[in-house]
Amino acid sequence: MSERYDEADGAAERVLADVGAARADARAQGSLASDWMPYLPVAETPFLPDDVDPGSLTWAETVAPGGYTHLRVARGTRIRFDDPTGDACAHLLLFNALEPGERLNVADTQKIPWQAYLGEGHPLLSGDGRVLATITTDNSGHHDAFCGTSSDAWNVRRYGDAAPEGPSPSGHALFVLGGAKHGLASRDLPPSISLFQGVRVGDDGGFLWEGSSGPGGAVELRAELALIVLVANVPHPLDPRHDYVSGPLRVHAWRDRVTDPTDGLFSRSPELRRAYLNTIAYAEVAGQ
Amino acid sequence: MSSDEAMMITTTVPARPVYAPGSPLDWGTPLVGGAIVRDERVAPRAPWSAIIAAGDVLTIVDVGGNQSADCLIFDSHDTGERYSVPDTLTWQGNAYVREGTVLRSNLGGALMTVVANEVERQDTIGGACSKESNTLRYGHHTAYQHACRENFLSEAARYGMGARDLVSNLNWFMNVPVESDGALGIVDGMSAPGRRVALRADRDVLVIVSNCPQMNNPCNDFNCTPLRMIVTRA
Repeated sequence: MSERYDEADGAAERVLADVGAARADARAQGSLASDWMPYLPVAETPFLPDDVDPGSLTWAETVAPGGYTHLRVARGTRIRFDDPTGDACAHLLLFNALEPGERLNVADTQKIPWQAYLGEGHPLLSGDGRVLATITTDNSGHHDAFCGTSSDAWNVRRYGDAAPEGPSPSGHALFVLGGAKHGLASRDLPPSISLFQGVRVGDDGGFLWEGSSGPGGAVELRAELALIVLVANVPHPLDPRHDYVSGPLRVHAWRDRVTDPTDGLFSRSPELRRAYLNTIAYAEVAGQ
Repeated sequence: MSSDEAMMITTTVPARPVYAPGSPLDWGTPLVGGAIVRDERVAPRAPWSAIIAAGDVLTIVDVGGNQSADCLIFDSHDTGERYSVPDTLTWQGNAYVREGTVLRSNLGGALMTVVANEVERQDTIGGACSKESNTLRYGHHTAYQHACRENFLSEAARYGMGARDLVSNLNWFMNVPVESDGALGIVDGMSAPGRRVALRADRDVLVIVSNCPQMNNPCNDFNCTPLRMIVTRA
């Protein structure tokens, strides 16, 4: 850090021996920008998604490679993930914000739609027979619900290190940090899904690496309940590249609405229709 | 009047479906050698649990054939470390469980290893049935029926655990293929009466099993039968 400011100041060393000098020095940094940061006020994001009213925007951020973010979003929030370089991998966990024991259930998310591969229209289901979020938009199609995220043991074996502060953070380590900021511990973390790096299952059950669909991948979710969203942006555990390669991940959120009977999605299948009915009834009986 | 007769009551609760009279049952034997240190029968639709010491082997016998044994595994000394579907699958690079599969934890560690297996492939994708998910899969008329999640919750509660401790599980003797277009579902099983799987504990583990009560899909061959759980020590 000091090296950077030395350059900025053109000074060999910074003498900050009194509070006034330290305060002035700290405040002088406030206008700096980095390539990965939250944008506040949110309407000033440099990456406003097309067709989004800046007035409805509620969150805007670029997550660093090997970084994480965590959002608590209102029911009816639209959340957009962008992979500008083709090297992001957004590992996701969703929790009912009011009752976090209700959370993403990957088995039900694959079993109930009779479909293992995630894509547009796929519901992200809890273990309580409700839709936490719906994938409303997907131009990538390269995702995975089998392999989860990397553990510390996996990344130590793969890259030599897994610590959040190191060169190759594991997804689990980042989920632990994000979860802790919402009162959640490791035992609250179920299997996760990941966006932007695809895996397919071969005839013998073997995993086939599909990887990215290329730069410009975008996925939007609609929060059907108030949610805690944990996002770890780390390489997919089966990424075959020798090095730890992760790209920036953009996250934007804005006020939208929940899926209702006027949506084609609502009645796309009998299972989905009952899932949305359960979700709406749960929210309404609780006065949400 | 014997005490059994005294306990014969009538009840107005809805039917608790169990296997048809005359169903073939094969109670089997341990799949590996060693002294038997535990040998228990699990009634149809009931939960079961045991702590298995490191090195011991648990043989699960599919007594009636194609009876799903939904299974969770915890480190018995730290239940925050527990069975993880994605870690198990990622480390072996394959979506199905077979002989040799190491059943890994959420931290990537080995909990148990499949040391012998008499079914072509075992499932760990399909998850457990629940009263809640039954309403999506079959309709709200099934909401009153018993389900594996209920068994898991009541058995986990005996160890101070709750819903947060329940994650995607193993389904011994259940068949869930993934087809080339991603289609996935529970189909007719590949097991038979007396088929077995044997799991070696790689550390001290708590194993919780739900003898699946589902009657709306083929996971139990529409005939809920018992399981036999045998622990052997070399």
